[in-house]
Amino acid sequence: MQANAAMAATPTSAVAAAAVVIEGVDKHFGKVQALRSLSAHIHYGRLTGLVGPDGAGKTTLMRILTGLLVPNAGRVTLAGYDVVRDNDAIHVASGYMPQRFGLYEDLSVMENMRLYARLRGMDADRNADLFAELLDFTRLGPFTKRLAGKLSGGMKQKLGLACALMARPKVLLLDEPGVGVDPVSRQDLWRMVQALTDEGMAVVWSTAYLDEAERCESVLLLNQGQLLFDGPPQQLTAQLEGRSFRLENVGAERRAVLTEALDLESVSDGVIQGAGVRVVLRGGAQASQIQALADRAQVALAPVPARFEDAFIDLLGGGPGGTSQLAERLSPVELGSQIAVSCRNLTKRFGEFTATDQVSFEVRKGEIFGLLGPNGAGKSTTFKMLCGLLKPTAGEAHVVGHDLRRATGAAKSRLGYMAQKFSLYGLLSVQQNLEFSAGVYGLEGNTRRERIAEMIETFDLGEWLSATPDSLPLGHKQRLALACSLMHRPPVLFLDEPTSGVDPITRREFWTHINGLARKGVTIMVTTHFMDEAEYCDRVAMLSRARLIALDTPDALKRAAANVEHPDPTMEDAFIHLVESADREMEAAA
Amino acid sequence: MNAVAQRKEGAALEPGDLRRFDLRRLMALVTKESYQALRDPSTLLIAFVLPVVLLLLFAYAVSLDAKEVRVGVVLESPGASAQSLAAAFSGTRFLKTQFAHDRREVADQLVSGALRGYVVIPQDFEQRLAQRGAEPLVQIVTDGSYPNTANYVENYARGVVQTWRAGLDVAAPAQSVVLEPRYWFNPELESRRALIPGAIAIVMTIIGTMLTALVVAREWERGTMEAVLSTPASVAEILIGKLLPYFVLGMLSTLGAAALAVFVFGVPMRGSLAALLLLSAVFMVPALGQGLLISSLARNQFLAAQIALFTGFLPAFMLSGFLYEIDAMPAPIRAITRAVPARYFVDSLKTVFLAGDIWAVFLPNLAAMAAIGALFFAIAKRATRKNLE
Repeated sequence: MQANAAMAATPTSAVAAAAVVIEGVDKHFGKVQALRSLSAHIHYGRLTGLVGPDGAGKTTLMRILTGLLVPNAGRVTLAGYDVVRDNDAIHVASGYMPQRFGLYEDLSVMENMRLYARLRGMDADRNADLFAELLDFTRLGPFTKRLAGKLSGGMKQKLGLACALMARPKVLLLDEPGVGVDPVSRQDLWRMVQALTDEGMAVVWSTAYLDEAERCESVLLLNQGQLLFDGPPQQLTAQLEGRSFRLENVGAERRAVLTEALDLESVSDGVIQGAGVRVVLRGGAQASQIQALADRAQVALAPVPARFEDAFIDLLGGGPGGTSQLAERLSPVELGSQIAVSCRNLTKRFGEFTATDQVSFEVRKGEIFGLLGPNGAGKSTTFKMLCGLLKPTAGEAHVVGHDLRRATGAAKSRLGYMAQKFSLYGLLSVQQNLEFSAGVYGLEGNTRRERIAEMIETFDLGEWLSATPDSLPLGHKQRLALACSLMHRPPVLFLDEPTSGVDPITRREFWTHINGLARKGVTIMVTTHFMDEAEYCDRVAMLSRARLIALDTPDALKRAAANVEHPDPTMEDAFIHLVESADREMEAAA
Repeated sequence: MNAVAQRKEGAALEPGDLRRFDLRRLMALVTKESYQALRDPSTLLIAFVLPVVLLLLFAYAVSLDAKEVRVGVVLESPGASAQSLAAAFSGTRFLKTQFAHDRREVADQLVSGALRGYVVIPQDFEQRLAQRGAEPLVQIVTDGSYPNTANYVENYARGVVQTWRAGLDVAAPAQSVVLEPRYWFNPELESRRALIPGAIAIVMTIIGTMLTALVVAREWERGTMEAVLSTPASVAEILIGKLLPYFVLGMLSTLGAAALAVFVFGVPMRGSLAALLLLSAVFMVPALGQGLLISSLARNQFLAAQIALFTGFLPAFMLSGFLYEIDAMPAPIRAITRAVPARYFVDSLKTVFLAGDIWAVFLPNLAAMAAIGALFFAIAKRATRKNLE
């Protein structure tokens, strides 16, 4: 009865036009301010991106919209209902897919769908046609009996979407649907969401990927709980027009050129794009300095269209400088051979399942080598075999001349490893984490003290020594993880998805160090989900279904994917093209 | 894609027909939970394999009875009376005797743990016995690091000496009162019979409290709770949907354990099955309530398991009268046991198995369990809100 009374509070006409109205919302957890006086409107029939790095307040806002959190101040209405007062109505009017999709892994696809259908007052038997359509829409039809836990990332996400779509929500809220999903699956999701917004649904898509933001019709850009921008992404990008340039075909010297460019006063941001260097000028700055640099390096300077990421970094006041304090201190790496890492016919089977199938490649000293592939393609498995964490079933692998099957210990002492999510010890202080990694790599006495002091100074960790890693700002946390993995000055560094969820500025700083290390001859092996990060690599190995399907420079991979439709393909286009053509070949062979 | 368009015309849920409690939604949750419980090997392991292991353990490995305790008899006196006393020691089935002529031999064995005690029949035994009125002096040395066994050895040895003396001294005045002890309910005084009914309470605590706390925490950990909370399902539906399957599982497990106790371990079942089921069903109320309360406090499985262990399992084990008699505990601890629901259940279980349907025992116990359960549920309901705050 109480619920019915709440229902009587019908939407007032003033706010009925917008799907979601956010007015002056504040939210804090203890001392942490998650959202600060946030106001915005979200409209029907539109895909709205909720964009920002980890910790920006995206999930908090999502949860407030679904009535799962109560704001400390301000007011939110969704489809005309107040999220606090008309909480029950909110759960009917909205469909919500939380991070990790909210699926029961030990239930089958159909059982998950039936559960959520019934919870939303529908029945699979009475609404058979709806079920058929949702299955068709998500292309999950052939997999209804499979357990959700056995689905790939992309399929889980589609199932999560189908569950959230039950009973016709007016507003669909998707919390980081793109995480852990490869570009091919992500493309599918874009298509599905497009169809939904065409029907008049309001869709909110939260993301830390700025290339996803660019595809939204409208974005709310969040950073540290504050709204930096509200409007179409093109509007923001337009402000940057005429400030983005590319130094074309710089080639082998591109890292040195990038360092120089970033140290220029007029340059606010720069990244490596294949063989070129892309730079963004500061507001009001002239192109004269960068032109002079181009002339010195004897390369062409071409204006390029601005990207959303450029605008974001500009809003945050520009990226870091180009010189890595860390790399400055390092003496150049000397290796006996020019090959730092190699593997031949590397194979790993788990029971019947082949995770890595006869993969062979060689990585030269000082090279940045990327491993890319869809989820479950075997890149993590391959990576773990190369740094001695997994034993290969067949084939061989060498790191700086040590056979990983026989001399695992010797090989491990010559490589540094930075795991996903940094893997720092949360209960130890920063100082203790540094001490531990020095100890675990066998540093003693003066060397140990000097090395730790050096890391503290280089990475500017001095004021954080007694803090726990979890209380550090993300950028410092990443610096600490890098410091720990470099403590023993390894000639080869393994980075497993080093920058997922990290804001673009921190990511820039990280790559500044990595570029500096590579210039000193440190070999870098990296796996990544960020396609623009693949551009930093000298060469990229593309894995799909356990096999190596391509191995080349980023530019060559992009060129190979060029066609009439995409004359200047991005790394993501190249990725999709390669995976799809490999799949076609597989099917043709079968 | 026109799924959305179609649904607009379809008979979908309208905000108007929102209900606080909907049986169909509850059934959907119960179905889901049952599938999960049946597919999760650890659930079945806890519900059906663990009881068997526990019962086996308490039936064979844990025994509070002292049988065949190794005791030394030092025969320093060569006399005939001394010989006959020594023979009296070796004639009992409760002690396993080992003879020696020098106390130093057995002293070392006591230190090394090979013996639990020894009896010395001294050199002047015959002389003292011959002096009228003087008691023969027999020394009993026991291993105080095993206090129960030490007590037992002392009492038993004393008994042997007295019996022997009574038989020897025919002329002594006959005792005016003869005590003939009789142990009711468990005439053989086998601890197994008292332990096995209590073990059922332990199993039910594990299923009711530990398993429930774990499965709710698992939903928080995997993010499914968030998804379910964002649907129209109400808190009551979510909680009952969670508890109902584990209630059924707990009852099935009780039945299995009871059958095992009666048919395999030979524990008598003097009460009725109906009484056993009623007692078990009512005990599930505080057990599930406690699990629910823990899960509203701890949102990860590790923490939930720790809290369930310390507030559920250990009290049920130590403070329920299952292993240690409550009457033997100091007063403050005795007071604490009143808050342990398993205490009332263990008492009732022992009664229903070994004594019969004695409602004078059951009724207060049922009332206590229901009251504690109601309290847990009330607190859990207050602590659980339909949001993530």
